Amino acid sequence: MALTALFFYLFAAVTVMSGLLVIVARNPVHAVLWLILAFFNAAGLFVLLGAEFLAMILVVVYVGAVAVLFLFVVMMLDVDFASLRAGFIRHASVGALVGLVLLVELIMVLGTRVLTGAGVGAGAVKTAVTDPNLTNTEAIGRLLYTQYVYFFQAAGLILLVAMIGAIVLTLRHKEGVRRQSISVQNARTPAMAVEVVKLAPGQVIVPSGERRG
Amino acid sequence: MFPTTFETWWDYALWLALMVGASVLLLASLLIIIAFLLLMDRKVWAAVQLRRGPNVVGPFGLLQSFADLLKFVLKEPVIPAGADKGVFLLAPLVTSVLALAAWAVIPIGSGIVISDLNVGILYLFAISSLGVYGIIMGGWASNSKYPFLGSLRSAAQMVSYEVSIGFVIITVLLLVGSLNMSAIVMSQKTGIGTSLGLPSSFLDWNWLVLFPMFVVFFISALAETNRPPFDLPEAESELVAGFMVEYSSTPYLLFMLGEYVAIVTMCALTTIMFMGGWLPPIDHWLINWIPGPIWFLLKVTFVFFMFAMVKAMVPRYRYDQLMRLGWKVFLPLSLAMVVAVAAILHFGGLAP
Repeated sequence: MALTALFFYLFAAVTVMSGLLVIVARNPVHAVLWLILAFFNAAGLFVLLGAEFLAMILVVVYVGAVAVLFLFVVMMLDVDFASLRAGFIRHASVGALVGLVLLVELIMVLGTRVLTGAGVGAGAVKTAVTDPNLTNTEAIGRLLYTQYVYFFQAAGLILLVAMIGAIVLTLRHKEGVRRQSISVQNARTPAMAVEVVKLAPGQVIVPSGERRG
Repeated sequence: MFPTTFETWWDYALWLALMVGASVLLLASLLIIIAFLLLMDRKVWAAVQLRRGPNVVGPFGLLQSFADLLKFVLKEPVIPAGADKGVFLLAPLVTSVLALAAWAVIPIGSGIVISDLNVGILYLFAISSLGVYGIIMGGWASNSKYPFLGSLRSAAQMVSYEVSIGFVIITVLLLVGSLNMSAIVMSQKTGIGTSLGLPSSFLDWNWLVLFPMFVVFFISALAETNRPPFDLPEAESELVAGFMVEYSSTPYLLFMLGEYVAIVTMCALTTIMFMGGWLPPIDHWLINWIPGPIWFLLKVTFVFFMFAMVKAMVPRYRYDQLMRLGWKVFLPLSLAMVVAVAAILHFGGLAP
């Protein structure tokens, strides 16, 4: 399909370009915006592969939620660009080393795929999508809730632990903070808040707390 | 609706022409309908407050929205000196384009849809969750305090209410058994009414089965689209006009347009998920004769009317109350409903 190829090159080129711009962009907010574009185009690539469900989940979770938080944090930071660039030469060697390790690993993964003609663990996955009548979502669901149900549950448990950990790390009960209680607010009636005072002509109102005999 | 096999170059050209033609037709009619819905919004608001509302331009003020459009287009766009120009101008475009893109999967009649995706509702959810970017970008790029505060409020609000909207969508999906929008509508042909032996009618639609979810979705849709009583991002008494403070002319128009398109999209989603989409209210030959898109339009207008009435009648929430409602009331409620609906479907043997 020529059309698919055309869209593949479009999405792939934009993904690579915006990925590059994430690290090149001087303004961190621009970098996050480029990152969002990269996510979005990766979702496009998923659609081309026929994995619509994954594509939509990528957009909902990464673009719709995670990247918003990134953007929040980066916008709030007052980044000093001069001090960021000061240590560039000093850290360049470490960065290059990490990059090199990642590159070698990527080549190894892709190399095995090319050599054996299949990805790692592809044999297990092949049992799944055999029924052509199944939609993408159903196929993933059947696999996830049958064959991989324990891994799925374990992943859920890890996320739960991470969530509780984040709450424990950040939750602090400060002394002396005045908190609102909605039920108390809602239970307030005019009788509790308003005092009706009968005034004789020329009489002065004195707040009830300081009323003198 | 469209050819699916491509053999020659001409097939591609024909497919492209059909696709573009259908999209343009849908968007043009959508925008014209929105122009009148906008007028209706103002008229309803005025009627509740015993005013006349816009009544000068054209008969009964019918052309008011078009006059507003011309006014905005002909004004000078002002870009603040300290603004990030690129992002500043991109933000309203993002808002309006994303809002319009959602309509690609909305079926307005039986088979009348630009793209009948099998993950249609997920696409809609994804696109509506992207809508927050236009607002954050606009608020940040303005390089000014009030817009920034407004955009932070708006982003937090939209992210919070998306969670409960997601759970509401899940309950509907559990009942329907498909992510396809047309399938969601068609599944509402049978329901409570038909199980009691009545003919297919409005009693079969999901609003009756999932009434609590219908209410939660309606209120969350108000919050998601920053409509009153949840219009905190543009609370004029606190933040002038929120993230739109620095915008003028066409960029402002695009923001407003995006907002109203998003509102109508939410009305359409309510119609599709809970009010039977294009299905007629009673299965009768006389009523069936009225085409589906008319019913769809009537239902969307009805939901929009409810949006307008809420705007007219309910005072604005305080921000902490808004967050409390989203996280402490709607989230547990909708999560419990997901569990309850799943349990009933599973143990009652009703799962599709």
